[in-house]
Amino acid sequence: MQVQCGEVFGFLGPNGAGKSTTIKLLMRLIFPTSGTARILGKSIEDVSMHQNIGYLPEQPYFYDYLTAAELLDYFARIHGLKAPERSARVERMLKKVGLDTAKKIQLRKYSKGMLQRAGLAQAILHDPEVVVLDEPMSGLDPLGRREVRDIILELKKEGRTVLFSTHILADAEMLCDRVGVIVGGKLRGVGTPGEMVGIQVQGMEILFEWHGTQAFPLLERAAKTGERYRAQLPESEVYHALDELKAAEARILSVAQVKPTLEDFFMNLVDADRAQANAVEVSGQ
Amino acid sequence: MKSSRAAGWLLVVLLAGFVGVWQLQRRIDQQKSAVLVEQDQLAFRSPNLVKKLSLEYTPLMAAIYWTRVVQYFGEKHRLHQTNLDLLWPLLDITTTLDPHLMPAYRFGSIFLSEPPPRGEGRPDLAVKLLERGIAANPEEWRLYQDLGNVYYFDAKDYEKASQAYAEGSKNPRAMIWMKVMAARIAAEGESPETSYFLWLQVYETTADPAVKKNAEDHLKLMQVELDLNEINRLADEYDKRTGHRAARIGELVEAGLLKGIPRDPAGYPYLLGEDGKADLNLDSPMLEEKLMAQ
Amino acid sequence: MRHVWVVAANTFREAVRDRVLYNLVFFALLMMGAAILVGQISIGIEQSVIVSLGLAAISVIGIFIAVFIGVGLVSKEMDKRTLYALLAKPVQRWQFLLGKYGGLVVTLAVNTAAMAVGLYVALWSVKHTLNGSDWYVLVAVYLIWLKLALIVALAMLFSCFTTPFLAILFTVGIYIAGLYAEDLRTMQAMNLTATTTKFLRAISYALPNFENFNVMGAVAHSRGVPATLVWQDTAYAVLYAAIVLLGSAMIFARRNLK
Repeated sequence: MQVQCGEVFGFLGPNGAGKSTTIKLLMRLIFPTSGTARILGKSIEDVSMHQNIGYLPEQPYFYDYLTAAELLDYFARIHGLKAPERSARVERMLKKVGLDTAKKIQLRKYSKGMLQRAGLAQAILHDPEVVVLDEPMSGLDPLGRREVRDIILELKKEGRTVLFSTHILADAEMLCDRVGVIVGGKLRGVGTPGEMVGIQVQGMEILFEWHGTQAFPLLERAAKTGERYRAQLPESEVYHALDELKAAEARILSVAQVKPTLEDFFMNLVDADRAQANAVEVSGQ
Repeated sequence: MKSSRAAGWLLVVLLAGFVGVWQLQRRIDQQKSAVLVEQDQLAFRSPNLVKKLSLEYTPLMAAIYWTRVVQYFGEKHRLHQTNLDLLWPLLDITTTLDPHLMPAYRFGSIFLSEPPPRGEGRPDLAVKLLERGIAANPEEWRLYQDLGNVYYFDAKDYEKASQAYAEGSKNPRAMIWMKVMAARIAAEGESPETSYFLWLQVYETTADPAVKKNAEDHLKLMQVELDLNEINRLADEYDKRTGHRAARIGELVEAGLLKGIPRDPAGYPYLLGEDGKADLNLDSPMLEEKLMAQ
Repeated sequence: MRHVWVVAANTFREAVRDRVLYNLVFFALLMMGAAILVGQISIGIEQSVIVSLGLAAISVIGIFIAVFIGVGLVSKEMDKRTLYALLAKPVQRWQFLLGKYGGLVVTLAVNTAAMAVGLYVALWSVKHTLNGSDWYVLVAVYLIWLKLALIVALAMLFSCFTTPFLAILFTVGIYIAGLYAEDLRTMQAMNLTATTTKFLRAISYALPNFENFNVMGAVAHSRGVPATLVWQDTAYAVLYAAIVLLGSAMIFARRNLK
């Protein structure tokens, strides 16, 4: 798997698929049994290369007796930033992630979202070329997720490479140039989100409301919720269906393309896996 | 306000609870003392075991055991009990844990060797204790003084006593009298003047209140003995002058041999007994002390 | 090495903010109580009691801190995952270990120095004077600190590969075993074979001999401590701790962090 310079790469997979494990392998928090990896052209064993990487761990937790400002200052010192530049940089970062007002409060008092933002701050504090984020949206409310999304887009604009893992497909679809899908510990595919799901359109969906009494054929193919009906049909049959509805004086709410999503792609993979596992069980191996 | 009332009641209940506990404890104490069997407890008798169990904190354990010695002795005295079985084991442990604990040696030697009711009456144990002390603290000449005292007063082995004083006198810091005593005892053995002097040395140089009191008691007895001897000497003088023994001590005063009727350390005047020998006043508490010492 | 210093400084700050130093209050109260009581119950040995009690307290409290916080140095960071962000930075794992170690050892130095001051105050209030031989107490405190530094290294070693509870158990176990190392060396039991005796002797040298650092008995009675012993003990502590830390670094370097 390769991540290109300057792109936002999403690492997708259900829980337990191995996304975090892969990232931790890259960060040298755990050690592989085989294989190699390189970042920025250097082997991951090269510690000095870490000067150019930022990492946000999954469910970050920091020294709760420090304030955000102190935490960033600590990491800045580790990165070797000198005193005047250090304080300026820390200030900038805090403002960037919106923790400016809370910078003197100890981290033990921070909410999950605030911790996430502090984590982001320390990941980009030292101006790294590559930013690796492990589940950056986890535990955030919609507002928080939007903020993180904005920051990721900003990083991209600044020309950095972003690798992030998530199991929230909508985020991946929105942000990523390319995605890598990992299920059951194996990489299943790499490509743009569109490539992954195939561009084929599966058909059309008609949403309508009908209060009449005389049934018509389309009704049998429609799912009913209260007074509303939802029918899926191939594109070729749409005009015929519209005629039926017009005759029945139904109220048409929407006519739209049905496109498979990453979710479908996912579910297929997961189901395929499960089927294979069951087959193995059944055969008694 | 409901919460403050509730808090108030809670406080009252707590206090009542503690009062109950206190009263109950008092009753239990009374009950226990009624059932109390005379049982001195010393969980670990082996000095080496205690030493091992103290890890590296032996001097502190020694201080704790020394405190126990003092308390044990004080309790026994207060209750007028005379069996001091635990004294030696406690001192043994104390000095094994810390061979440099000087007060333990002096205290131990005196109260181990003195005959009951003051002490345990085991001069051999006292010697053992002191020899250990000397081995660990060869520069402490006072241990030789204590050793000499044990031999002189309780073991009544004047040769060994003299040797002890002589040995101690070799230390350049020792007082001159050590040498003098060595010679005197070698020559004379026991004498009241010697005894008085030795007890005086102990009395003047100890800070331990038990030891000091003990020395003081001995000094008073010695004083009585010296006084009685002196009065007898004067009575003999009277006999020589007048040809008969004085019947009352007042006669010695009239004869000009005594300036006034001398009193014992308790303040009671001496008298002459029927045999013409000096004796203590019947009312004097020193009489009981003298009898106890014999 | 700059990284080591940064981590150490942060570890010290953590100890202070964790209110570890509050143990000094307890110690101060203990010394005050002792100074008041000692006059009543130990005539003639006030100096000895205050000094041996003070040194024992410094030792015991120090050991508590060394073991519990020493084990926590690494295990707390692993449990709470505060470590992850740090190790992704350009810092080596051994630098992290050394920094944590240094921070706690400095904290202990400050702690024992403060307690030594408290001890001197108690001593002065009982004796009303301090003379030359009383400075040996400082030597005893220094040796206690060396012992604590060695215990921290051991605690750190164990916490690198077992659970915190077991690490505490092992560290305390080695401390106690180390106190009896000398006895092991000279053990003369009747039914030991020559090989067993040799084996026990070898173990006795391998174990950290904590009795080396114990001069409480001598100092309680104002006896001196030879300077050679102080130098030798310093060298012993440095060497042994270095070995232990090296072992920790090796183990930790390849440890998978869940």
